[in-house]
Amino acid sequence: MAELKPLEHRHYAHCESGVVTALLRRHGLDLSEPMVFGITGGLTFAYIPFIKITNMPLISYRMLPGSIIRGAVKNLDVQFRTRKYREKEEALAELTTLVDRGEIVGLQTSVYWLPYFPPEMRFQFNAHNLIVYGREGDEFLISDPVFEHPVRIKADDLQNARFAKGTLAPKGFIYYPVRVNPSIDLREAIEKSIKRTVRMMLYAPVPFIGVKGIHYMGRQIERLKIREDPRYVRLFLGHIVRMQEEIGTGGGGFRFIYAAFLQEAGRLMGSAGLGEASEMMTEAGDMWRRFASACARACKSRTGDFDAAEIAQLAQKCAKQEKQVYSYLNSLKL
Amino acid sequence: MKISEVPQDNIKTLSGLKKAVYAIDNEGCYTKTTTGGWEAEEVVLSQVISDFDEKAEETASRIRINETSPIEYFMYKNWMDAPTLAQAMGLYRWQVKRHFKPSVFRKLDDRTLAGYAALFRISVDALKNFPKEEKWRN
Repeated sequence: MAELKPLEHRHYAHCESGVVTALLRRHGLDLSEPMVFGITGGLTFAYIPFIKITNMPLISYRMLPGSIIRGAVKNLDVQFRTRKYREKEEALAELTTLVDRGEIVGLQTSVYWLPYFPPEMRFQFNAHNLIVYGREGDEFLISDPVFEHPVRIKADDLQNARFAKGTLAPKGFIYYPVRVNPSIDLREAIEKSIKRTVRMMLYAPVPFIGVKGIHYMGRQIERLKIREDPRYVRLFLGHIVRMQEEIGTGGGGFRFIYAAFLQEAGRLMGSAGLGEASEMMTEAGDMWRRFASACARACKSRTGDFDAAEIAQLAQKCAKQEKQVYSYLNSLKL
Repeated sequence: MKISEVPQDNIKTLSGLKKAVYAIDNEGCYTKTTTGGWEAEEVVLSQVISDFDEKAEETASRIRINETSPIEYFMYKNWMDAPTLAQAMGLYRWQVKRHFKPSVFRKLDDRTLAGYAALFRISVDALKNFPKEEKWRN
């Protein structure tokens, strides 16, 4: 195994791709965050009406938490050591031992229990990833990828954050690479991952995923006025925007980070087509921002004088634009 | 999104935090840059928080007429609904709903109360002794 590099804290757009990028760099594979996000197949769209989060449908602009770690195993030939725990004390003891002998590890945590987060962000969200890189007394040194600077956390708080219950409960999940191949052939991995993302976005067998999912969401928005429940409508539109714009999406619901990946991949492979696709994806991201802007305006309007059909149309536009991007990518010979 | 279009609305829900985003520079290259937040995000986040606050206030008056227990109040204060609270406590939803009943709440054992108090990040005393007067602040 190559010599380990010391951890250098960097600020990332998304927690999971940030942690994986930082861990891989330490082990000699120096990739950008968009490259990691793209190659591990982080992008998606899902609107799942029958899974509810605080009474709202599950909407996601990226793959399920944990998929970037699994994608790194599959597409980047990285081997992680991972573990979940039944006993809290055992988890703390092992973390302490690992960190004290100089290991740098990723943890899954709940933002509800992370005191260094702004209070308005501390919802019950159990899939926030961060890096522990050291310990001083009963404080752990944290490199949280969505923060500009390293932070610290008391062992008790970290224990709570690692053992929060509920959806996606972390159960103390810890992970760190044990084998990284620094001379992996990126071209092959890029090609494979783009194909996979394109296939999912265009041909998902259910109407809730990919381009079909965006159309589906558009239709749900169009139907909203029938309910004549302005409070629900506002909360629903707000919910969509929160999923699209909160910490960790890089703005535009991960579309810009994917566009950055396509651009970098295009340069690496000498493919002008990928560059073109990147521009198209940027346009999709900009459209998503116009859509979010319209939703936010609707949320703000106390009188309810907004047109749900207009907002729905903006979503349909996003769907059409994304369909063009994926169809174009599909036609490229990489 | 060009770097010049990256929102810098310094929204208060971010408490001065900057987020990293990828945007296009003058040469057309994607670069990592930072944002002080976007007004649209603040609007939707403030909205959901004030919705929970309204529910908490309603609940506070229902506690005083003995219709529900403080557990429901602190649930909203911490931006949860009943299914989320049940999951976070490792209980069934019907159990949590039952704990909303003042008569059941009064007889709750110390362990359960301590579990709720820890989740709500308050003391057991604060959970048990919900202030009678209106002007109560969390």
